[in-house]
Amino acid sequence: MGLFTPDRSQYPAEKVDGSLDIDLSSGKYLKLWQGPQHPGITGNMSVELTVCGDEVVEGKTHVGYLHRGFEKLMERRSFIQCFPIVCRICVPEPDFNEYCYAAVVEELAGLEVPELAHWIRNLILEMGRINSYMMYLGGQAGALGMGVIGQWTTYARDLMLDRFEELTGARIYHMFILPGGVRDRLPEGFAGRMEETLRELEDIMVDVEQTMFRNAVFKRRTVGMGVIDPDWLEPYGITGPNARAAGVPRDVRKDFPYLVYPQLDFEPVTGQDSDIYTRADVRRRDVLLSVDLIRQILARMPRGGEVMTRLPNVLHWKIDPGETYIRGECSRGEYGYYLVTDGSGYPRRVNVRGPSYTHAMALLERMIVNVNIADVAALMVSLHTYPPEIER
Amino acid sequence: MQTNLLDIHARLQALLPVGELQTQRADLAFLDVPPSLLRATLLQLRDREGFTHLVLLTAVDWIEQEQFQLTYLVCNRSARLDLGLRVRIPREPASMESIHELWPTAATYQRELREMFGIDFPGSPRLDEDFILEGWTATPPYRRDFDTLKYAEETYAERPGRVTYDPAAHMQQQLYPGER
Amino acid sequence: MKEELQKRVVKGPDGVEFEVEPLRDYYCEALPQVERPAYAQIIEDLFNWARSESIWILGFGTGCGAIEMRPLMTPRFDAYRYGIQWRPTPRQANLFVISGYLSVKTLKRVIRSYEQMQNPKYVVGLGSCTINGGMYFDSYNTIKRLDQYLPVDLYITGCMPRPEALLAGFLDLKKLIRAGKADGANHYAENFAWYKANQKQVIQDWDMPDYNW
Repeated sequence: MGLFTPDRSQYPAEKVDGSLDIDLSSGKYLKLWQGPQHPGITGNMSVELTVCGDEVVEGKTHVGYLHRGFEKLMERRSFIQCFPIVCRICVPEPDFNEYCYAAVVEELAGLEVPELAHWIRNLILEMGRINSYMMYLGGQAGALGMGVIGQWTTYARDLMLDRFEELTGARIYHMFILPGGVRDRLPEGFAGRMEETLRELEDIMVDVEQTMFRNAVFKRRTVGMGVIDPDWLEPYGITGPNARAAGVPRDVRKDFPYLVYPQLDFEPVTGQDSDIYTRADVRRRDVLLSVDLIRQILARMPRGGEVMTRLPNVLHWKIDPGETYIRGECSRGEYGYYLVTDGSGYPRRVNVRGPSYTHAMALLERMIVNVNIADVAALMVSLHTYPPEIER
Repeated sequence: MQTNLLDIHARLQALLPVGELQTQRADLAFLDVPPSLLRATLLQLRDREGFTHLVLLTAVDWIEQEQFQLTYLVCNRSARLDLGLRVRIPREPASMESIHELWPTAATYQRELREMFGIDFPGSPRLDEDFILEGWTATPPYRRDFDTLKYAEETYAERPGRVTYDPAAHMQQQLYPGER
Repeated sequence: MKEELQKRVVKGPDGVEFEVEPLRDYYCEALPQVERPAYAQIIEDLFNWARSESIWILGFGTGCGAIEMRPLMTPRFDAYRYGIQWRPTPRQANLFVISGYLSVKTLKRVIRSYEQMQNPKYVVGLGSCTINGGMYFDSYNTIKRLDQYLPVDLYITGCMPRPEALLAGFLDLKKLIRAGKADGANHYAENFAWYKANQKQVIQDWDMPDYNW
């Protein structure tokens, strides 16, 4: 079981610059690449492991396999042309990019969004959160050899994608939340079909809870594994479920309320033990919280009204100089957009702050020490990182 | 909330000659800091004022003024306040003090800035390793004088038949055909 | 070239020193060869039928299209009923689905994975970004035409293609294989120098042998 042992006498010595004194030619260590073409990796990234026996003594994350240079591409696209590409920054949960981008532009351009659009945005974000968690639960179980959980959760995700398709016309990239509002209102009878989906989802979650969270193998391999010390939260900038599992109720939805979250009734889900099991459990309960929030939204949503404010001519849309930062709580933690405008028709600079950026780099490199090779995949998945948002 | 940020700014100004506060929202403000005072300001904010969370570190290229603006956004989670520190450094040679001892996670941001903007952070770990790009030899891509379209056209083969329209000109053609 | 690829003397755990030249010792120098069809057409048809019914996909999600592969593995879309399955290693796979845009860094790994796959092998390009760059036509880090670097047998358009589109694409690929027209690997072997020149033009630090399988 891989716990970080404070006694480092048995491990390679540390050099002045913080790196480990590892002599590869001594034959004691072996360099091993996990990824990018590897089934036990969360997407297209890789970890360069130095192992001694089957224990990792050093791990280095390598990213950049999915880099498309969005921040540069957006600098040469007008504000409305940026809207269709932002969702492609993070594939499994694209809606947060749309929301954050729309919100920064609205703040700098001084646009007021209609009330109904806020509710629909909030609904979409919660639906996207469930999708993202479903991917995670399947991945976490799959990393520990329980393929069947992935079959169920992918099916549940498909059900939710059907609702997305009904609402937006697309499965993955919805391109629905644009600066000024949303593209359309809910279709006729959407709430009823959503309720059916939610019920089926809850059934699946019961199965998942019984087969995954009460499974002896799963418990044996995750309880006490990969502990995030609460003291690391600040230095490593940990947010989202990773922080909440450490007992810190850090949730942007509560701390910096946006959209209609102040009107909704919820408490952030927290855990205590901060190990892989607790993080998985926090996310499982977060799914149920999102289900509850969707029900609240659908019940309390205004019945009519505008969904789109009047935009200036988007082909000649210029925004005054300014800079701002907007954050939201995505399924992995704090997602934020930093936008600088200079009075022209193009953004001066856009910076996307994805939570995976800190989780997958500095934090993973710290946590991966002393872990068995077989547990690396489970540890990596438990941080819930998506490579496309690291490198953008 | 606003008074709170103003109070913090007043306390900060009593200690260090930092610039004026520019309030963006009730819970977000920006502040100009000279490069030499950045570390002291960050330490003061982190240890005394509770801004313990480094949200992001990024750069903006103001090529017209031959300057880079580094933005350090720090957050106080309990008081729910954000403060962005803006540091202007010259574009050539671009170099800035590393803050990786204050926040280990800053090392990652600094690696990215090094690669994408060519800003040097002496002492930051693994700074010169490839981070996102591999074997990149041209101008750092996020600099304003790097033209990504030109680079892509020169480097990557294109399939014939693809056309690009300027949206404004195209719409004018569609809506008012014949007019200039 | 990286340090680990340079010629050096290594001391084994048993104390014996030996010389290692990674590029020669760890890789095979032989170049790819054209796979000749079987001596009789009827035998070749039988082979092609067998190949078309066992499409094994390499599980390497190179881009965003990989997210639509997962639903294909579940009962709702169930690609397994067509003899399609996913394999974790290139040695066991015969279809490489390039799922979307390819950054230069990934292209290098894709070439290695592709060359490690056994013949007969096929490549499917997924999404508009493999055809002409798609959304990323002006990106400095993504290639615009996949067929410049790898022999593509079939494209599936869309951004991103739906699982149904993928299934239809796989069925089309089957038809191509049965008709004996999916000979991308042979094309790669015949025009090896041209492909290598294209690959080396975009990959700046080429630190691997020309053909590594």
